[in-house]
Amino acid sequence: MKWRPGELKSYLLPQFLVDRDDYRCIRCEVCVRQCAFDVHWYDEEEDAVFADESKCVGCLRCVTLCPTNALVVRHNPTQHPPNANWTKEVLQNIYKQAETGGVLLTGMGCDKPYPIYWDRIVLDASQVTNPSIDPLREPMELRTYLGAKPDALKIGGKGGKPSLETRITPQLKLETPIMFSAISYGAISYNACESLARAAAEAGTYYNTGEGGLHRNLYKYGDHTICQVASGRFGVHADYLEVAAALEIKIGQGAKPGIGGHLPGEKVSAEISRTRMIPKGTDALSPAPHHDIYSIEDLAQLIYALKEATHWEKPVSVKIAAVHNSAAIASGMVRAGADIIALDGIRGGTGAAPTMIRDNVGIPIELALAAVDDRLRQEGIRNRASIVVAGGIRSSADVVKAIALGADAVYIGTAALVALGCHVCQKCYTGKCNWGIATQDPYLSKRLNPEVGARRLVNLLNAWSHEIMEMLGGMGINAIESLRGNRLRLRGVGLTQEELDILGIKHAGA
Amino acid sequence: MLREARFRDDKEFSGCSIFGMMNVRGERFNGEPMITAIANMKERSNGLGGGFAAYGIYPQYAELYCFHMMYDDQGAKEETEGFFRSRFEVEGAEVIPTRECEGVDDPPLLWRYFLRPRENLVCSEEDTDDFVVQAVMHINVNIDGAFVFSSGKNMGVFKGVGFPEDIGRFFRLEEYEGYTWVAHGRFPTNTQGWWGGAHPFNILDWSVVHNGEISSYGINRRYLEMFGYICTLHTDTEVIAYGVDLLLRRHGLSIRDMARVFAAPLWTEIDRMPPREREVHTALRQTYGSLLLNGPFSIIISNRHQMIGLTDRIRLRPLVAGRNGDFMYISSEEAPIHLVDDTLRETWIPQGGEPIVAELLEAAEEPEEAGAEVITIPATDRA
Repeated sequence: MKWRPGELKSYLLPQFLVDRDDYRCIRCEVCVRQCAFDVHWYDEEEDAVFADESKCVGCLRCVTLCPTNALVVRHNPTQHPPNANWTKEVLQNIYKQAETGGVLLTGMGCDKPYPIYWDRIVLDASQVTNPSIDPLREPMELRTYLGAKPDALKIGGKGGKPSLETRITPQLKLETPIMFSAISYGAISYNACESLARAAAEAGTYYNTGEGGLHRNLYKYGDHTICQVASGRFGVHADYLEVAAALEIKIGQGAKPGIGGHLPGEKVSAEISRTRMIPKGTDALSPAPHHDIYSIEDLAQLIYALKEATHWEKPVSVKIAAVHNSAAIASGMVRAGADIIALDGIRGGTGAAPTMIRDNVGIPIELALAAVDDRLRQEGIRNRASIVVAGGIRSSADVVKAIALGADAVYIGTAALVALGCHVCQKCYTGKCNWGIATQDPYLSKRLNPEVGARRLVNLLNAWSHEIMEMLGGMGINAIESLRGNRLRLRGVGLTQEELDILGIKHAGA
Repeated sequence: MLREARFRDDKEFSGCSIFGMMNVRGERFNGEPMITAIANMKERSNGLGGGFAAYGIYPQYAELYCFHMMYDDQGAKEETEGFFRSRFEVEGAEVIPTRECEGVDDPPLLWRYFLRPRENLVCSEEDTDDFVVQAVMHINVNIDGAFVFSSGKNMGVFKGVGFPEDIGRFFRLEEYEGYTWVAHGRFPTNTQGWWGGAHPFNILDWSVVHNGEISSYGINRRYLEMFGYICTLHTDTEVIAYGVDLLLRRHGLSIRDMARVFAAPLWTEIDRMPPREREVHTALRQTYGSLLLNGPFSIIISNRHQMIGLTDRIRLRPLVAGRNGDFMYISSEEAPIHLVDDTLRETWIPQGGEPIVAELLEAAEEPEEAGAEVITIPATDRA
């Protein structure tokens, strides 16, 4: 006998409970209109608002917009029989799969409690023997250039008029060492893309198109755009390559190493169809590997093909997920001609990924970064590529620690989306984002005004930059390059010797 | 003592006195005024380290590399001498003459060797320097209890634990004559009584004395490691010496460009420069950002032709320059310059990041081997 979906009684418990204070509720129905998951409904006869809690994802849109604070959304406190092995989450996942027969899907980054090494690392500050520097009164430099640097410079010229004889390969100039991660048009709305583009341009940094191509309207921000070339080659054409400030070959993603992508056909609107160059309404499937890259020499071919196609005017980045042997892979990538190595750790976000992949594949970015920076130095090729890290950068302190461990710059994805309103409910894959970010529904996406979005993002970058300057000044350093790879200014707290050795830092007190 | 046990800190940091004196005609003078000058800045040191570098002191062996060695014991000496014999023709080996001196206790075994690299092991002049650098690295890293503290030609470093004036008397510096001298008195904030930790630090002809703390030491060291320099001393001074060797000797930058790496102009200044200059400065910071010396320092870098004074780019440590006829002076303070030269009238305070270069006249006339441009001190530098 065949069962159709919905015919099985669901054993799933609501994840959240919605408490409504009826005394406060003024029946304005904001919650009803705001919820794309159809949790709330108004009953005219009873003049009351009700909730179907089984649909609630906990995005807090209704709570945030309720004019009388009548709503509280809380985690469902119902307990399953206590069991360290068969936890509530495990059971609910099994019920879900027993009812659907499908792969568990999720969005955003891994939410499992793997060690967050940023929180086990503390920073140094100057006391007595060297003065700390006050960034409000003294210059403090965050400018960063990404791209290959020569081993040595040759400077000619005479009579006090120097001239550069070494040709410097193309560089990206960042006024602050923070960029926006690759997030595709398709995964997020046009308005979210425009917010990122405008913010990057205003703040003197870069955003990344992800694998979704670049909408024509955003070409004007091309000088601040890193255009991605991924396994599906969506939206890759001459103009797309031409308009970018830099190109990035996406090999892997921290949230789903070894896995391709899948944008369901219902999200492929007319605009996305045009941008990605695929028929409207068809699924956009990114293969797991690039089918023209089965080895390192194939990567080299693509890198040089892209450089050739863009007249050697743009740096080429290669992005990989942080996996066990990232260090060796990164070394190969540098030797294959990558100007920038982008590393995405296990906590890196996604619009959609199989839960088991997201939560179990890859390694924390801190360890991958330390290993890659060490390896490139051991091989004497660290200057031949910049390192950009992504995957779980949550604050300016994380940025400072990443740079001190050896990164040139960081990518922020989740943090940027949070600045736009994201509440990390992890339901990006449903396309019903109530915050207008991870959706193609015009009714929802118009909630995000690109001008306001850009302002929020620029504010975030400015705030973090100020904090980075304060931390640098405290260390008696007035240029970011003196922090880069300066692991002596870091100490571990509560880490094992092996972890300290991999991170290349000492324990606090030593 | 094992090296690891000596250096529990990341690096040593210290407040210090530095003093340099050069006769630009290459006329030699003995170490007496140096002792007088550095003693006058006694409160800038605390008896935990002093040292001198002198150029022109071994004219009879001018073509030979002179290694000054410290040994903890006879075993280290024998192992090192075996190593020397395998790589070099040893033309001379002798105890460095010293005298008993109050305040200088427990010296290591101090020997000097005049060495010629074996011809079958090296091909060209350039290789010879690399060969010597590698030999120094090998001894300092691999032979426990042995330390090379001087490895140049016709020059030598003398240093130890004690006040610098006592170290000077201990090494009988009044008996040596050189045309360039630099001196250093140390005020370390940790108390490692190890002779090798004193300044100057030397590799080949290059010597560095340094007052300050390099806050960027961690990355400076890791950058230099990529080029084969292994920092064994954990002093920030060491990275300066290796940085000088890399930039001037191996990469052929000019002294001015080296100064712009160590004490880079701010981006706001670079942005205002004319296009060609901007391009050079941008490339210098892009390429050598990891060698920017961040944190407070004033240094004197010297080789057989030059004596270069430099402070950090926001000038957090003092430096004074002076000139009287053929004599050039660079010092932490002005008083000792007048003390040793009472007819001197001309002193000035250089700007942060602006190098002060004193150069031998004969060297200035011939093309500079290291690609350094000839710089006379510009009038605009004078305060």
